[in-house]
Amino acid sequence: MSQTFSLDGQSIAFEPGQTILQAAEAAGVFIPHLCYHPEFKPHGSCKLCTVKANGRQTASCTMRAVPGMVVESNTEEINAERRALTQMLFVEGNHFCPSCEKSGNCQLQATAYHLGMMSPHYDHFFPNRAVDASHPEVLLDFNRCILCSLCVRASRDVDGKNVFALSGRGIKTHLIVNAKSGRLTDTDFTLDDKAAQVCPVGVILKKRQGFAVPIGERKYDKAPISAMTEQNKLTEEG
Amino acid sequence: MSEKKKLKVATTSLAGCFGCHMSFLDIDERLFTLLEYIEFDRSPLTDIKHVTPGTDIGIIEGGLCNAENVHVLREFRANCTTLIAIGACAINGGLPAQRNHLPLTTILEEVYHTSPGVRNGMIPNDPELPLPLNQVHPIHEVVKIDYFIPGCPPSADAIWKVLTDLLAGKEPSLEHGLMHYD
Amino acid sequence: MVQILREVQEALDWISPEAIDLLEALLQVPRTKIEGVAGFYSFLYLEPRGRYRILFSDNITDRMLGNQALLERLCNSLWIEPGKVSEDGLVSVDHTSCTGLCDQGPALLVNNLAIGRLTAERIDRIAELVRSETPLVDWPAEFFLIEDNIQRADILLASDIKPGDALRAARALAPDEGLLASNMRSWREGLPTGLGGPAAVLDEIKRANLRGRGGAGFTTALKWEACRNAPLKAGQQRIVVCNADEGEPGTFKDRVLLTRQADLVIEGMTVAAYAVGATRGFIYLRGEYRYLLDALNAVLARRRTENLLGANILGIPGANFDIEIHLGAGAYVCGEESALIESLEGKRGTPRNRPPFPVTNGYMDQPTIVNNVETFAAAALIALHGGDWYAAIGTKHSAGTKILSVSGDCARPGIYEYPFGVTVRQVLEDCGASDTQAVQVSGPSGVCIAPAEFDRIIGFEDIPTAGAFTIFDTSRDMFEVARNYVHFFQHESCGFCTPCRVGTSLLKNLMDKLHKGCGSPYDFAEIEKLNQLLQSMSHCGLGHTACNPVLDTIARFRPAYDKRMMQQDFTPAFDLDQALSQARQMTGRDDAAAHLSTEHGGAA
Repeated sequence: MSQTFSLDGQSIAFEPGQTILQAAEAAGVFIPHLCYHPEFKPHGSCKLCTVKANGRQTASCTMRAVPGMVVESNTEEINAERRALTQMLFVEGNHFCPSCEKSGNCQLQATAYHLGMMSPHYDHFFPNRAVDASHPEVLLDFNRCILCSLCVRASRDVDGKNVFALSGRGIKTHLIVNAKSGRLTDTDFTLDDKAAQVCPVGVILKKRQGFAVPIGERKYDKAPISAMTEQNKLTEEG
Repeated sequence: MSEKKKLKVATTSLAGCFGCHMSFLDIDERLFTLLEYIEFDRSPLTDIKHVTPGTDIGIIEGGLCNAENVHVLREFRANCTTLIAIGACAINGGLPAQRNHLPLTTILEEVYHTSPGVRNGMIPNDPELPLPLNQVHPIHEVVKIDYFIPGCPPSADAIWKVLTDLLAGKEPSLEHGLMHYD
Repeated sequence: MVQILREVQEALDWISPEAIDLLEALLQVPRTKIEGVAGFYSFLYLEPRGRYRILFSDNITDRMLGNQALLERLCNSLWIEPGKVSEDGLVSVDHTSCTGLCDQGPALLVNNLAIGRLTAERIDRIAELVRSETPLVDWPAEFFLIEDNIQRADILLASDIKPGDALRAARALAPDEGLLASNMRSWREGLPTGLGGPAAVLDEIKRANLRGRGGAGFTTALKWEACRNAPLKAGQQRIVVCNADEGEPGTFKDRVLLTRQADLVIEGMTVAAYAVGATRGFIYLRGEYRYLLDALNAVLARRRTENLLGANILGIPGANFDIEIHLGAGAYVCGEESALIESLEGKRGTPRNRPPFPVTNGYMDQPTIVNNVETFAAAALIALHGGDWYAAIGTKHSAGTKILSVSGDCARPGIYEYPFGVTVRQVLEDCGASDTQAVQVSGPSGVCIAPAEFDRIIGFEDIPTAGAFTIFDTSRDMFEVARNYVHFFQHESCGFCTPCRVGTSLLKNLMDKLHKGCGSPYDFAEIEKLNQLLQSMSHCGLGHTACNPVLDTIARFRPAYDKRMMQQDFTPAFDLDQALSQARQMTGRDDAAAHLSTEHGGAA
């Protein structure tokens, strides 16, 4: 017999060792998240998945479910704070959706839609970040990086290549690649790498592929991210 | 929505492409319904040059790229009760803001002096011309903005939804399908 | 990794791409890892920063003592801009977080070595030494003299126990009957035993009611017991870590303890190792205290020869414990115990997700206790004199003494050790403070209190503290104090989680906006919203407490904010007229239309 906890009043069954987020996903309940990916060890950095567990705020992707735990997630208070986090991510980088090939397939954008983000609210940082177009097959646009480190984890844990890492500290934290030149083309990165598939935003993009699916007909145009199964989210076409 | 005094609405496009205005016109026959409740003040649709004090709603497309944009925005803020930012450029600077990572000096140099084909180029210095700002700014960074309609451009339906929400005295919201940043 | 990079840095003045090539080949680790780690720490440089790297301590106390003018003087004298490297690659001048010399500031670090008591003359002399490229070893020795400034000593600072006394006492302790059963497991594992000694030591620590001195005040015995009871996997050992990453602005008592009572601290670590059954120890010394490294290593070496460290300590078979010193490299967040452990493992100092806690899964996934310098010193005395003796000092809820680092507006800054329960007023009297407007207790992550609260006491039941006690008289602007602290947190945020990484920057921008006189009640409301968000969504204590200085000063010194809100309506954070400067420069225009008034945008 599996154990249960309460999520917004709904009883959720879980296996021992499952996190709140995993159990909620399995039960078909959506909790917004960006740095979590079911195939990787939870990271807990974006904080979008923050819930109130027994009255205490915590990242649901790293907090293990406990029998009888009372969890609040879909409340106006928590969603307002999550919305503020998406706004922070939007002003921290340079997110110009109309000129981004990832638009419509972007988890940051879809999550902001879900949370009803009408504006970025804060003043923009407009950071000066370079684009790395050196690789023959892949473009790196660091302007859109939200530092979720999924590519870091995928390259290290699945591809065994360590192509990506985070360097710097604080607001200067940034993504680097494994080459003395700092250019992707001088690494052993390929389009087949797991790391090429996991970017939730538009940093790692396949070259020479634009508007194959028109704007307005893309994954999250068709259905809100909250209605997607985890498997649908992972496939580009959805 | 009973028989009340019509709301006065002003619109303008700053550093924008008028795409949001085109989308506004795309509400088509609903414009007639809308006109039962509103009348236009300063707007590209009326050619009135200045915002009348006491205007109820100002709808602003485009971000701030030069001094004139700032003057117009300030006129709107000073004379409108409610300001609405419409479209990506007003909200985050949009396409024009993609120059922000380059120093303006470099841009002017490149455009008027060093780009191929330019001979004896000169940076225009006519006092009639507004000077460009060092960086392009979204309008909420310079004046208080009350509501936002995202999209590039927002669909006619999205614009209709926000305006009718406001006319009905509701906090505007956009459900899935109407909310777009692209 | 951090130690290797630090040594590369010391040898080459920076970590060059070629050095990384070598490390990559030598250590067989990817370049991304090396650059990722090096990029995290303030004192490791991936770009050349000059052969003389001068960093001015920028705590509020340094500011109050005029560090800004001195920095400008040095920059003018060396013809360089702050933050930039001179064209000949000789020198750079910049700011750094508090270096722990608040009682003898203003202070700076030159290539990580501390110089205090800066004056205009000293600055001019430094400029000459740099220009003449005099090697640091030939700089005047008095520049590098750091004073202890002990103004009031109690059991810790006045202790004159002989090395080994506490250990011998610990070993001699008889087991407490009641405790023996619960500690049988460790006992069975064949810990260094004086037959029940470890359990009895734990019992004394418990009796002493010792709580952690790092600020959080966790019960020491509980932590030790949890570590001791944590199962060991094959090949694992238990670890004792001394947290000497004293980064909280305004705190410098660990520096003095490690200078004057290093034996006591190390003895305490050894007692802890004995009690929990640990065989390996670390002292995580903050990079700013680099100058203490050789002296501390000498103490460790002597204790090895005295059979107080190493194998079979005091002749007890199997009592093996040794300590190595790990030097930090400029990252406040590493004072958080899980970030400290990450750093010990040679990684970026990012706080871990918890649970699991370090007591079960710490250094290299092994059971680990991390305690403050002062906690270990107290533990040594408890082992020697017993828990009851210790518990009788201080108050019911706060046993023992507390060392305060007193600085700011007072006649006698320095180190004051008091039994817990002392009032703020008493401390102010003793250090000769007058016209006091506020005291920041326990640094920016602690509390800021006003005169009406000066009868409150230092203790876990009222004002807990890690030791900082920074005094502001009525001439100080408490808004500027809070702004300095907000800058500190922004600089030290590790960048891992969204709310702290972006939120501290937004908070800094808003405080700067108020500072510039562009603030309105709108911005004030924004500050309050950010505070709320940081507290509820951040990953670790840094984010949770980053807004404390702002919240406290708003609550107690609201007029300091009100007078900053010069605008009634919303105003931009940037100067619009200044935003036309590049266009004016390029067009040569200066007519009226080439300017924008900075007036606000009009009422809604």
